[in-house]
Amino acid sequence: MLEVFVFATLNGLVTGLLLFMLASGLTLIFSMMGVLNFAHASFYMLGAYFAYSISLKTGFWAGLILAPLLVGVLGAMVERYGLRRVHQSGHVAELVFTFGLAFLIDEAVQFFWGADTKNYRSPEILDFPLFTMFGQEFPAYRGFMIGISVLIFIGLYYVLTRSRVGIIIQAAITHPNTVANLGHNVPLIFMGVFGVGTALAGLAGVIAGPVLTTFPGMALVLGSIVFVIVVIGGLGSLPGALIASLLVGLLQSYAIASDVGMPELLELLGISFDRNHPLNDLWTLSLPQIAPILPYLLLVLVLIFRPAGLLGKREE
Amino acid sequence: MINMMMLLLDLRTKTKFFSLSILLVLSSFFTATGNAQEPVRIAFMDPLTGTFASIGNTGLKQLQFAADHLFNEKGGILGGRMIEIVPFDNKQSPTETQIQFRRMVGEEIQIVFQGNSSAVANTLNSTISKHNRRNADQEVLQINYSAVDPILTEDQCSFWHFRFDSHAVMKLDVLTDFIAMNEEIKSVYVIGQDYSFGQVVSDTSIRMLNEKRPDIEIAGNEFHPIGQVKDFTPYVTKIVSSGADAVITGNFGADMVSLARSIIDAGLDVPIYTFYAAYDGITATLGADGKNKIRLVHNESANPYPTEKRKDYVRAFKAANPTYDLTQARIHNALMMVVRAMEETQSTDPYDVATALEDMRFTTLNGDEIWMRGDDHQLFQEIHVSVHTDENIEFDADNSGYGLYSEYRVPAEDTIIESSCKMRRPRR
Repeated sequence: MLEVFVFATLNGLVTGLLLFMLASGLTLIFSMMGVLNFAHASFYMLGAYFAYSISLKTGFWAGLILAPLLVGVLGAMVERYGLRRVHQSGHVAELVFTFGLAFLIDEAVQFFWGADTKNYRSPEILDFPLFTMFGQEFPAYRGFMIGISVLIFIGLYYVLTRSRVGIIIQAAITHPNTVANLGHNVPLIFMGVFGVGTALAGLAGVIAGPVLTTFPGMALVLGSIVFVIVVIGGLGSLPGALIASLLVGLLQSYAIASDVGMPELLELLGISFDRNHPLNDLWTLSLPQIAPILPYLLLVLVLIFRPAGLLGKREE
Repeated sequence: MINMMMLLLDLRTKTKFFSLSILLVLSSFFTATGNAQEPVRIAFMDPLTGTFASIGNTGLKQLQFAADHLFNEKGGILGGRMIEIVPFDNKQSPTETQIQFRRMVGEEIQIVFQGNSSAVANTLNSTISKHNRRNADQEVLQINYSAVDPILTEDQCSFWHFRFDSHAVMKLDVLTDFIAMNEEIKSVYVIGQDYSFGQVVSDTSIRMLNEKRPDIEIAGNEFHPIGQVKDFTPYVTKIVSSGADAVITGNFGADMVSLARSIIDAGLDVPIYTFYAAYDGITATLGADGKNKIRLVHNESANPYPTEKRKDYVRAFKAANPTYDLTQARIHNALMMVVRAMEETQSTDPYDVATALEDMRFTTLNGDEIWMRGDDHQLFQEIHVSVHTDENIEFDADNSGYGLYSEYRVPAEDTIIESSCKMRRPRR
């Protein structure tokens, strides 16, 4: 049992930190522009595909550096030439714009790379088990994923709270006009934040591509869960996004690892049902079976009991 | 303002005149070539965009190639008529399938090839039954080349539906025989997508293993939501700690690749028995890591191909479509049998074709005889269990050097199983 617990925790950490990389960019963009970027997961997919193409030419490590930069530049351009124009028409227009962008990117990916699964590999230098415990290997690449994500969090936190740029960004979030009056170029800051946010999503794609497979549906699989995390953590809160990501990652991982479900619960309560009961499917439901929808359940609970999210500030 | 109106009016009459002249030119063109007979039109309805697009597009390429290479380039069928394949994109959605079906009927196409997802095949089956009852002069024939839910040739069987793939229970019978022969396997873990086909795979494989090898322990029986799992590692952790010596799964697409990758990454060295772990990028992605671990139960299309005729067909296909693979021999088998039925009856009427298809025995490019049973419209053909490897691979998949090598072959006559079908036949 201990082995399952240890590995479930590690798996949860890997997933959680990966989700954080996506959620951090999304929540930053939201707190700054008040817009939920529906195309965020599509930038994650772009990161994976760019890195795949680069890795064919020059290997994994060049892709790790170049692909997020490319995605970031693309994101900044989307903000500069798309979102900024739409901005004048209000939030709904911005929302619809990013929604359409998501479709556009998905179709473009299929157009350029085709619809089949891509053979995007992790670097050979990390092709060894980091450690073996209870007869199960923990791949070094997963350790690398954890390392990168933690570094990103520390870096982001440091820049936002300790550096001059961070102070200006924070000020621009709450008092954009004052910051502009002080002589700072607020639109440039917005563009930069959007670029960095999408670059983070791209980086997540680069390191997730080899393990979670690179295929045209990858944005769809991750897209909705990232929104859930941002809402659970509290819109605009970076620490909230971290806590929510880890919570969701670990919750899913533990649920899958567990072996309990309705039959055990009913047995505990001393109730039994006939196999031909019309709701038989419900009475035989097990926790692993519903693991992937647990985050949505958590979302509903959070919205009921803490509508602003775990660390979010309620808007007056 | 008035000037503008005049200008617009002028433009409109001009465009009208222009389109009229185009029409005239076109119609004269058609009358000029009108002596050539009109083509036999066949619909291909599968996902051509969206998440499952790759499977649909590969199928379309194969049907198109079969029509051109086997018939059109040799002067057509029925004394000089060409076969025209008309694609319809149903996005693998039952709702979209009904819309596309209406379109197809509107274009007066009476034969439809469809294969992906049993849910879609079921929808099409019931839509066609209803449509044919009401439109006796405009019937439609369903050629199912790949949907393997047994129900389509059992309780839901229809005169207007023919299945050219072996259904899930037939394949599992072969697969469990193969597993039962391996004395080293003492426990098995079954994991699959939580929907009709995944459930059939789980229930049937457990039942059959219990009969054939009561000593094999079922170490786990897991379902996960289809297309929702980001990372299979937590599932693999459970498989490892259960101590299973083998894994059975009916997963397809990304769910298949991710599962196999996670198993390999965790260093778990057990055979993985699958239905769909090859082609469309999957073989290339698994590459060396999957060698001798991944096995598939499937109809013919594995090395070594038995006849030169069959090899030439693959070579010709690869020459015409270098980035695609010939993944489903049943597509050209189905087309060849349909054409044979048309030639025999000298008719393209679905009723005549269906009647001629019943109990047809047909020799494939492989030199095997396959049989379409008249009672339930289920085709019987050889079934293979093949391994993912790069040894003795004459024809690889995804141009990766890796491909399927057949380890176990069951001839058509040994795959025959009973059916509960009670078919209602239309009266003529």
